[in-house]
Amino acid sequence: MVAALQPRRSTSCRVWSAKQTDTRVMLIDALLLQLGYNATLVAIGAALLGVSAGVTGTFLFLRKRALVSDAISHATLPGVCIAFMIMVALGGDGRNLIGLLLGSALSAWIGLLCLNWLTRNTRLAEDAAIGSVLSVFFGFGVVLLTVIQTMGVGRQAGLEGFLLGSTAGMLWADAMIIAVGGGATLLLILLLRRPMTLVSFDPEHAAARGLPVARIDLAMMGLVMAVTVVGLKIVGLILIVALLIIPPVTARFWTERSDRVVLLSGLAGGISGYVGAAMSASAPNLPTGPIIVLVSFTLFALSMLLAPNRGALAAILGHLKFQRRVHLRQGLLALAQGQPIYERLTLRLLSRAGLARADGVATEFGRARAAKALRDEKRWEVVRTDQAHEAAAALYDGLRDIETVLTKDQIADIDHRIGGPQEIPA
Amino acid sequence: MMLELASNNGIANTNETLTESPLAIRGLTVSYGQKPAVFSVDMTVQAGAMTAIIGPNGAGKSTMLKAALGIVKPLSGQVTAFGKSLDDQRARIAYVPQRASVDWDFPTRVIDVVLMGLYRELGLLGRLRARHKAKAMDCLNRVGMRDFADRQIGQLSGGQQQRVFLARSLAQDADLYLLDEPFAGVDAATEKAIIAVLKSLKDAGKTVVVVHHDLATVTDYFDHVFLINTRKVAEGSVGEAFTAETLQAAYGGRLATAQIDQLSRVVG
Repeated sequence: MVAALQPRRSTSCRVWSAKQTDTRVMLIDALLLQLGYNATLVAIGAALLGVSAGVTGTFLFLRKRALVSDAISHATLPGVCIAFMIMVALGGDGRNLIGLLLGSALSAWIGLLCLNWLTRNTRLAEDAAIGSVLSVFFGFGVVLLTVIQTMGVGRQAGLEGFLLGSTAGMLWADAMIIAVGGGATLLLILLLRRPMTLVSFDPEHAAARGLPVARIDLAMMGLVMAVTVVGLKIVGLILIVALLIIPPVTARFWTERSDRVVLLSGLAGGISGYVGAAMSASAPNLPTGPIIVLVSFTLFALSMLLAPNRGALAAILGHLKFQRRVHLRQGLLALAQGQPIYERLTLRLLSRAGLARADGVATEFGRARAAKALRDEKRWEVVRTDQAHEAAAALYDGLRDIETVLTKDQIADIDHRIGGPQEIPA
Repeated sequence: MMLELASNNGIANTNETLTESPLAIRGLTVSYGQKPAVFSVDMTVQAGAMTAIIGPNGAGKSTMLKAALGIVKPLSGQVTAFGKSLDDQRARIAYVPQRASVDWDFPTRVIDVVLMGLYRELGLLGRLRARHKAKAMDCLNRVGMRDFADRQIGQLSGGQQQRVFLARSLAQDADLYLLDEPFAGVDAATEKAIIAVLKSLKDAGKTVVVVHHDLATVTDYFDHVFLINTRKVAEGSVGEAFTAETLQAAYGGRLATAQIDQLSRVVG
């Protein structure tokens, strides 16, 4: 790693910026997987984890049970600790990752069953049940963690690493576990995507068709649990929920189709995992999991701001544009009916468009447009009362030029029905 | 001797119609908490007919339907479909839930919702082919929603949403259609479109059951009625079972005398 960096470092001509350049070069190297064995393993592992978490999380999000993942992830802690204690008691060193993950899966499953039982058989709403399961399991786990710390010095194997993830000592075998776990999860989702979508959209309809809704829900949660367990090593149990929830809500900004939300969410998760892991490897002491979550959040923030249709900026611009159109239309109709216009914005917009003078008197062009606007009103009236034009009528907003939704022939037909002067252009 | 034989035959006959009914419910009780919403109800749906389930608010109309289909777990009762166990016959049954039961901001287009009706045909991994899309478009056409195929479902009006739900059930090619309040909060155009589709289903020999709340249109739309107020009040053809007496029994004091008078005129 150092050898790879040497030549570039020597090309850096200004000494005072050497350190800054260093970090930048390191990040590029990290993104290109040039930072050595461990960093490469972590980056690939994190990308795989990101994809499977993003894809799995989408169904959780569509089913409106995103927070269940928080309960599941917190419920892994007692299992990790008990598995460690058992392995130590059996004479091992307690650090076997597969053993720890099995333990965490078992206690997460118990937590999930508790959650389901509470929501089904008591009057607790799901949010309250989530809070109870999450805190009780996590509290119990922390107690066990303290017990382990007093058990014997030097043997605790950094179990706290499972809280926020720790990638420092990641091994080839660990990466393989993530790859196999993530791959199996994706395969199962490919198999279950249709029933899971059906259940998420309309559970009553799904039940009426004989789909085992409860079992599909359980399978969905089982997949979430698998992702959680697999992600313990890299992001840890506290932050895994972010990898399950943020990518789908990011993806939702860009599309109105559930299958595309799934794909985009996987993409967003994969990018977050990869870039986050690379960034954390490019500087000393940057925690991997939290950086991945921050990268994921950056994608979310950008999407929220910039996405067309559903983005915040699009909404603001859309509102302003809409407001201007309303004012212009009202202005034109006022001109057509010879009513005075008092609103300043309306006057300004009319004069800027060359429809009226600053004092509100219509120009030649303005009079023509005003007559057309009035005519369109009448045409829309016909469209909206005629069932044959239903699809067009659904687009009515009081502003649209009729020729944007109807053909010339249709307009001529409507004009014929309205009667009156026919010379007004469409 | 002769008499005995005759009466035995009679029993055999009723049993036969009972078992072959598209939907036969026996002793169905559903309870939320300690208060039964539906109590020991029997219903035998007439094949090839259009039946309205009517009753006052909270009488258990929707609950009965949901429990019959296993969406809500009943406390007791047996349900058979086409003379066999319900689970064997699910492919022949299409259910249209209330519009409000779904989140309309769900990321899906109109055509995708109708394609969900083809779930059984597609299976877990079957590829979506042109003929599936053509079929979905045809179903949309039947409810007058073809032009809306690519719109996001949240952009639709209530009536249009209801028609999309109906199109999804048409895609199932069922023999028994169960609709829960399809006319609630929809415009007149939608009501007309839906009733036209339902009548065409009936003409094709299908059976239609509708949870209905508008007493004024019962005689126009339906040939059979099932009156319920937690318990069954009356069941039969509109002429027999939709009378001033049965309405009084089902609605009790909830209908004003004027309304009853008005309805009696409709009923005749």
